[in-house]
Amino acid sequence: MLARSGLRSTRILNGARNGATAFTKRSISSNSRASTESPMKLNVTVAASTALAIGSVAWYYHLYGSTAHAMTPAEEGLHPTAYPWVHQQWLKTFDHQTLRRGFQVYREVCAACHSLSRVPYRTLVGTILTVDEAKELAEENEYDTEPNDEGEIEKRPGKLSDYIPAPYKNDEAARAANNGALPPDLSLIVKGRHGGCDYIFSLLTGYPEEPPAGAQVGAGLNFNPYFPGTGIAMARVLYDGLVEYEDETPASASQMAKDVTEFLNWAAEPEMDDRKRMGVKVLTVTAVLFALSVWVKRYKWATLKSRKIVYDPPKGASNNVRS
Amino acid sequence: MAAARPFYNALFRRNWQMLGAVFGGAFAFEMVYDTSMNKLWDNLNRGRQWKDIRSKYVEEE
Ligand code: HEC
Repeated sequence: MLARSGLRSTRILNGARNGATAFTKRSISSNSRASTESPMKLNVTVAASTALAIGSVAWYYHLYGSTAHAMTPAEEGLHPTAYPWVHQQWLKTFDHQTLRRGFQVYREVCAACHSLSRVPYRTLVGTILTVDEAKELAEENEYDTEPNDEGEIEKRPGKLSDYIPAPYKNDEAARAANNGALPPDLSLIVKGRHGGCDYIFSLLTGYPEEPPAGAQVGAGLNFNPYFPGTGIAMARVLYDGLVEYEDETPASASQMAKDVTEFLNWAAEPEMDDRKRMGVKVLTVTAVLFALSVWVKRYKWATLKSRKIVYDPPKGASNNVRS
Repeated sequence: MAAARPFYNALFRRNWQMLGAVFGGAFAFEMVYDTSMNKLWDNLNRGRQWKDIRSKYVEEE
């Protein structure tokens, strides 16, 4: 049925095309035999076919031209602002004073709900804390020992090789304490979210006082335009003056958000400082070597490039060489 | 050309000389290059690294 109607429509199309050709022929011939065809009729036809062409292109574009989005903008979440993070420049390390403040914010605020399970105390030494501070911090927590002679597992104070403990025993406990929402581990969160630092910072500082009129906020959720879906189970946590920085930086909400974001970036890429330093060295040497190799190439090719091939005909030969 | 003679005698005449020059040169270059690049790096990041703020927090010494 479909095929037959398709056939028919081609036939109709053909008919139309024949008509068109016939029309063109006629209009061409009418040029030679002037004033047999009224110019008015011609103009109308041209205008109509132009309108038809433009109209069908517009209609096609309307149907298939725009990109299809699987999600509404609210489901995508607001794109975070791009902030000029100094530590993301090619030649800059983390600001370790910032890391120290950010770790303080993590410990005093976020650690109540979020684990940081891939960070052992030893990595804090020499980047954020002194050895003594790190040891003291580790000893505040208890860890399981190896089984003793009777097979009992006892408790011992933490040491530098231990990992920062999680706030909850397991994910189920974490869900139960947070209305069914699991606070994700923050060790790799900066790498694990589109927008990285910009997103985390925007999320932490992006809670409005009131959800905008008409916004649907589910039970137990909070409105945050940056969170995909806009309803997030984490309430706003950072308020001005929440922590007291030891270096007396004023602890505004955005200052804390910036510090903890840079700290989380460090947690996700602790190798960044060394990587960049090594990268500068490698790129510099490679640039010099590249320049050298270009120079050597040109040196070797100079004779080839500057030679001239000349045909020198044998002296006294006649023009009609063929014998 | 005559100026290159002692140079040739000292470095390229025998293979072990050449090899020693290459290895020694690499070693020396690496040391100089590393040190100066680290110095440049620390200069670009003055006040940002742990070694710059460490003195505020260590107790002994
Ligand atoms: C009261 C507990 C609580 C505190 C304190 C808390 N969070 Fe959360 N956080 C949550 C919960 C619950 C979720 C899961 C939200 C969801 O999935 O709807 C979450 C999710 C997140 C996410 C992931 C958002 C995403 O895109 O999936 C980030 C990042 C985050 N928190 C950062 C922080 C930082 C940084 C702090 C400290 C300044 C902090 N949180 C403090 C409970 C908390």
